[in-house]
Amino acid sequence: METLSWRRRSTNHLMLSLLFLGGVLAAVPFFFISWYVLQKGLGVLSFEFFTQTPVGPGQTGGGMANAIVGSGVMLALASVLGIPWGMAAGIYLSEYGRGKTAAALRFSIDLLTSVPSIVVGIFIYGVVVIHFGFSAYAGAMALAVIMLPIVARSTEEILKLTPQHIREAGLALGLPRWRVILRIVVPGSRAALLTGVMLALARVAGETAPLLFTALGNQFFARSLSEPTASLPVQIYNSAKSGYADMEALAWGGALVLVFFVFIINLLTRWLMGMKWN
Amino acid sequence: MSSSSYELGRDVRPSDLTFYYLLKGLAWGLVLLLLAMVGVIFALSWEALSHFGPGFFFDPSWDSWREQFGALTFIYGTLVTSLIALILAVPVSLAVALFLNELAPSWLARPLGFFVEMLAAIPSIVYGLWGLFVLAPFLRDHVQPPLGQYLGFLPLFQGPPMGVGMLAAGVILAIMIIPTIASISREVFRSVPATLREAALGLGATRWEMLRLAVLKASVSGIVGAVVLGLGRALGETMAVTMVIGNRPQIDWSLFESGQTMASILANQYAEADSSLHLSALTAVGFTLFVVSLAINSLARWIIWRMQRVN
Repeated sequence: METLSWRRRSTNHLMLSLLFLGGVLAAVPFFFISWYVLQKGLGVLSFEFFTQTPVGPGQTGGGMANAIVGSGVMLALASVLGIPWGMAAGIYLSEYGRGKTAAALRFSIDLLTSVPSIVVGIFIYGVVVIHFGFSAYAGAMALAVIMLPIVARSTEEILKLTPQHIREAGLALGLPRWRVILRIVVPGSRAALLTGVMLALARVAGETAPLLFTALGNQFFARSLSEPTASLPVQIYNSAKSGYADMEALAWGGALVLVFFVFIINLLTRWLMGMKWN
Repeated sequence: MSSSSYELGRDVRPSDLTFYYLLKGLAWGLVLLLLAMVGVIFALSWEALSHFGPGFFFDPSWDSWREQFGALTFIYGTLVTSLIALILAVPVSLAVALFLNELAPSWLARPLGFFVEMLAAIPSIVYGLWGLFVLAPFLRDHVQPPLGQYLGFLPLFQGPPMGVGMLAAGVILAIMIIPTIASISREVFRSVPATLREAALGLGATRWEMLRLAVLKASVSGIVGAVVLGLGRALGETMAVTMVIGNRPQIDWSLFESGQTMASILANQYAEADSSLHLSALTAVGFTLFVVSLAINSLARWIIWRMQRVN
């Protein structure tokens, strides 16, 4: 048997090494980013960081309490609108969505997912902010619009995994279809649905662009939901471009809190999914 | 009733029908939302679009003092940064997808795949922060000087190394779209039947020849879909780009120079537009971005959908 030519063998080695290099290269940024965020953010996190509002430029100290509270409030408001609506759409697609019109619906929802988030901000600006001014409500609506298609599609994917015979068993007992769906199909996928919702929250928690001209931002605690409201991502942005070292340090602290939140949710959901399906 | 009898079957109870129409209404409400977005943003752009006409898209000026606005600078910035991102991200994404799917043992593929996927979970503001304080200074000190020294005869790599600018924006975008392109490519490679690989190896192909002839050749349209989807993500990315591009509305050959993209001009000026024409011109830039990203994403999904149907 003839051995491989030198050219074919060396091409093989070269290309396989390049693929290996590419694989390593793609994983490197994750470590660099995590490491910098941890290294620069950890020293900033203190009791003060979580309890104080930002101080003026040039002064030391201060924190991001108003931003953390603002983000929490807007995420909660966005969930109130985004989760039920998104889940309803997902249930429709999974339980009734067959044929061409459902395919068109699915396609439109996917397109909604890919709308740049800054464009969502313009939309809410035109619908809400022009009439009522910058507010937590407007910010929450922008976040809800971004959540909706994510929740809808994840709900659909999860419910589709429910075996058909479970639905048939419920129907055979004489239950109406809506009860089969709400009492058997949906509760049976509780854990997975929850992880889908948490992933959508994690995604939306880091959104900055749609909040820039809906919730705007605030140096202090907002006194009501109809006032400009601080959020963690926007405050990170404003601190980072302030040009003052102390505020830049606060930005790294905020980034660490944000990344920690997002990673915890991602790890938790992976762990939950792993328990369920492995 | 024809669609409900199709989707529900015959003999339905009133309660079932109510539930069905409620869900259907909420689901189609999302389509309505998408249409409303197009309508509202177009209506707000109308003042500028009718004032400047089609010339708006070919005018490089952006002067809120003289109220002369054009989108060309931002279209240029978006195209150039996205192009840099694709040139850098596509080879790396394909390499990592091939490596993880076809070569790496599972003890290595699992954690490596996890790290690449987690790149997609990092918020773009964090990319921006890292890009501004870590990546841009690194490019300024270690990448741009040698580029200027050895490739400085090209207009692309001229001028003083500043760190922030089009190149930094392109690099950060590349990192951000790697997980998108890689994960879809992995799915595409997974759908290539094992028999093709075995046939190639059985005929005496080397591992690389097998990957090239059996896996890559069979996946071309899927890869194109993945790349276009990555492009869609790069076009609309706002915060990371805004923080590293330098934010100067100018068209310059050099990638070391500052620029401005469609998304970054919105982030910079929308909240504090001086006049209604300025606000409308900004909205028109947003509308352009919206339409382009809808078109790009439709194209990508159509390519992927067609490929899935063939397999």
